[in-house]
Amino acid sequence: MQPFGTLKGFGVTFKHIFKQPITQQYPEFKRPVYPRFRGRHRLHRHANGLEKCVGCSLCAAACPADCIRVVADENTAEHRVSAGERYARIYEINLSRCIFCGYCELACPFDAITLGNEFELSEYSRDDLIYTKDMLLAEPIKRVPVQDPDLYDTPIPAYKSSS
Amino acid sequence: MSWLVASGANGEPWWISLIEAVIVINLVLFGFAYLTLIERKVMGRMQLRYGPNRAGPYGLLQPIADLVKLIRKESFFPAEAVDVLYIFSPFLAAFTALTTFSVIPWGPGWVIAGYQVNGYVADVPIALLLVFALGSLGIYGFIVGGWASDSKYSLLGSMRTCAQLVSYEVALALSVLGVVLMAGSLSLVDVVAAQNAEVWYVIPQFVGFVVFLLAGTAETSRAPFDLPEAEQELVAGYHTEYGGMRFGLYSMSEYINLITLSGLAVTLFLGGWHGPWLPGPVWFLLKLAVLLFLFIWMRTTLPRLRYDQLMRFGWKVLLPVATLNAVVTAFLVVAL
Repeated sequence: MQPFGTLKGFGVTFKHIFKQPITQQYPEFKRPVYPRFRGRHRLHRHANGLEKCVGCSLCAAACPADCIRVVADENTAEHRVSAGERYARIYEINLSRCIFCGYCELACPFDAITLGNEFELSEYSRDDLIYTKDMLLAEPIKRVPVQDPDLYDTPIPAYKSSS
Repeated sequence: MSWLVASGANGEPWWISLIEAVIVINLVLFGFAYLTLIERKVMGRMQLRYGPNRAGPYGLLQPIADLVKLIRKESFFPAEAVDVLYIFSPFLAAFTALTTFSVIPWGPGWVIAGYQVNGYVADVPIALLLVFALGSLGIYGFIVGGWASDSKYSLLGSMRTCAQLVSYEVALALSVLGVVLMAGSLSLVDVVAAQNAEVWYVIPQFVGFVVFLLAGTAETSRAPFDLPEAEQELVAGYHTEYGGMRFGLYSMSEYINLITLSGLAVTLFLGGWHGPWLPGPVWFLLKLAVLLFLFIWMRTTLPRLRYDQLMRFGWKVLLPVATLNAVVTAFLVVAL
């Protein structure tokens, strides 16, 4: 019966007022990303501190968004930066153009560049989104919530505990 | 000093009416602001969300944040819009919405420091007609505004508004006819007094009450009758081309129309401000809150009607039922 079906709908919505919301309140509660999540790039070093990147520009060639700029230079005996013959004197990624496809990762013959887990990349200026080599080599900045996490945290969504 | 005590309606000095009017307008505006918050909160909880909870404790400052945002926004203007009408229409809509509340009684009236203070801003003998007249006038704000902004979405939205509001106004007016017949007066103050003497009209006029609520939902174009602003089809309906506080005025008039309609339902069917133990205005607010909750509840629960269903429901269901109700009431009033 149609009218009773409508009334039943009213019952359903009313019942849900008293349930715990399943919202995950983002800046306080950050859902863990999946292992193969493609976030902001990182450049890596060998265990001895030398950079893995040899400045071959294959990543820049593979990049469909054309957001990587590499300027290579020769390693010398007194100024040795990378393990190979050459190193990247300038390595810049324009993250406002990057589409996070991960082709640079695939193109790299030395696994020097990988896509990390950081996704909080907002800046007030577009210039700040051009990541230089130092920034890509450094550990990512920890972003902290602006408000009290206890007020907003939702660790276990209610839909998982109740049904 | 005779001008100080010069009395208007029921021995109330004119300046007290003025103060009352200012207070009531501000209360209605405050109620509108927090109705938006409560609506978002309640809808959120019904959909397993929190609703706004960031601005202030429990999101209590959200309406103020919204207001500041709307006022600070650029008042853009479509190049082809008809200037005067485009600017004037939101004001017309908001003005009529605010005015209507003045005839709704919310208290028994008191004597404070020797002055008579009435529980209403104005007691007009034809209050009910005034409410419907102002409501119909307010529709011009929606129709003209949508037409004047020279956009196809706006025009379609205002045409839908026009068709829907005109159709449902008939059923709305007919549904209250039973109450008018039973009370024998169009004055809302008299209707409340008559209900106190007999019984709340929701019991003998239950059909009228249901028709009034349904037609009222359509009149304020709220879900499930929100076709004039069906987002999926029309972007936003008649106020597509409006932004900033002009849009705010439209939104305000819609919500205030809803508050007024609920107030009217309370007055006509639920005994107005009468109730045991608690003072009149408190009872009025309580009943108002229940009805407003009902409207929010309906919005979360029911999906939007199709246009032909809307028209069929209005003309083939509500109108005959309302007419029958009025006729039967008339017979019973004469017979008993």
